[in-house]
Amino acid sequence: MKHNIYVYLFVMAAVTYAIRVLPLTLIRDQIKNRFLRSFLYYVPYVTLAVMTFPAIIDATQSPIAGALALIAGIVLAWLGASLFHVSVICCVVVFVVELFLC
Amino acid sequence: MPEPHSKALCEGMRDGTPIALGYFAVAFTLGIAAKNAGLTPFQGFLASFLNHASAGQYAGFITIAADSAYWEVALITLVTNARYMLMSCALSQKFSPDTPFYHRLFVAYQVTDEIFGISIARPGFLDPFYNYGAMIVTMPGWEFGTFFGVIAGNILPVRAVSALSVALYGMFLAVIIPPARKDRIVATLVAISFAASFIFTKLPLLSKISAGTRTIILTFAIAGLAAVFFPVSEEETKNEA
Repeated sequence: MKHNIYVYLFVMAAVTYAIRVLPLTLIRDQIKNRFLRSFLYYVPYVTLAVMTFPAIIDATQSPIAGALALIAGIVLAWLGASLFHVSVICCVVVFVVELFLC
Repeated sequence: MPEPHSKALCEGMRDGTPIALGYFAVAFTLGIAAKNAGLTPFQGFLASFLNHASAGQYAGFITIAADSAYWEVALITLVTNARYMLMSCALSQKFSPDTPFYHRLFVAYQVTDEIFGISIARPGFLDPFYNYGAMIVTMPGWEFGTFFGVIAGNILPVRAVSALSVALYGMFLAVIIPPARKDRIVATLVAISFAASFIFTKLPLLSKISAGTRTIILTFAIAGLAAVFFPVSEEETKNEA
């Protein structure tokens, strides 16, 4: 089955905008339901963690380079480096490590 | 005393400038993912113009690459962007009752981790023109970053693409690790998520599940269980915001 890219993009855009605009326009009070609030609080961390590992190891030519980038990223983020810095240094780690390995 | 909108606009542009540079680099790698999903440079540009959601777009591209059903793309977009729902809830509290309603429609257009971060840090009620200032400078970084990512994914050497492909994951780590340092439950969840995702990728039967579906299943399971066993207080959710 072949899908149309523009329909995909439209679906993504509609869902994304709805997520942002509905709370902003409809909900004026804080969410009261504790389960829902807790669930939404945890969602980003779980989603991003699941998407990061093991994908980061499969993304690079050498899995070792990806693993080292993962460790470097965790350490730097732990020490409080900015989003931009963590991102760039992960790239540098992969580049340098693969100079030796690939 | 309300400040003039032009001042808020300028401050938004000032605070948005470093964000724009980061956006360009990250969007560039998104462009590579878009290219892998079969998107043209224009379609990559359009996706970024319509979404402004790093993880959401990335997950979307992965799902598109697998030629998934439209509802799967809708669901994965919903799950990966669910955090914007929380942010928009918090932002709705920052609007003055005097601010015309239509401003909410425009501000909602670009609620990202970074724009949310700088706008929630503003003292008092939010002047939407601050957001517009930040949007003016950050949007080109995001859109053209994706555009050139799709183009240069073709011409860059394999070595460079390999290095750039981890930029996005680095950004994800920068979002999840600092809160994990402060909150042991979040740290545990991140570790469990890593482990569960690894198991799902490597075990014989489970590995047949697509990356998008895997993300949805694990998110609902792990975040759902965490919400049942470790419900957060109102204070904690505010800190997150």
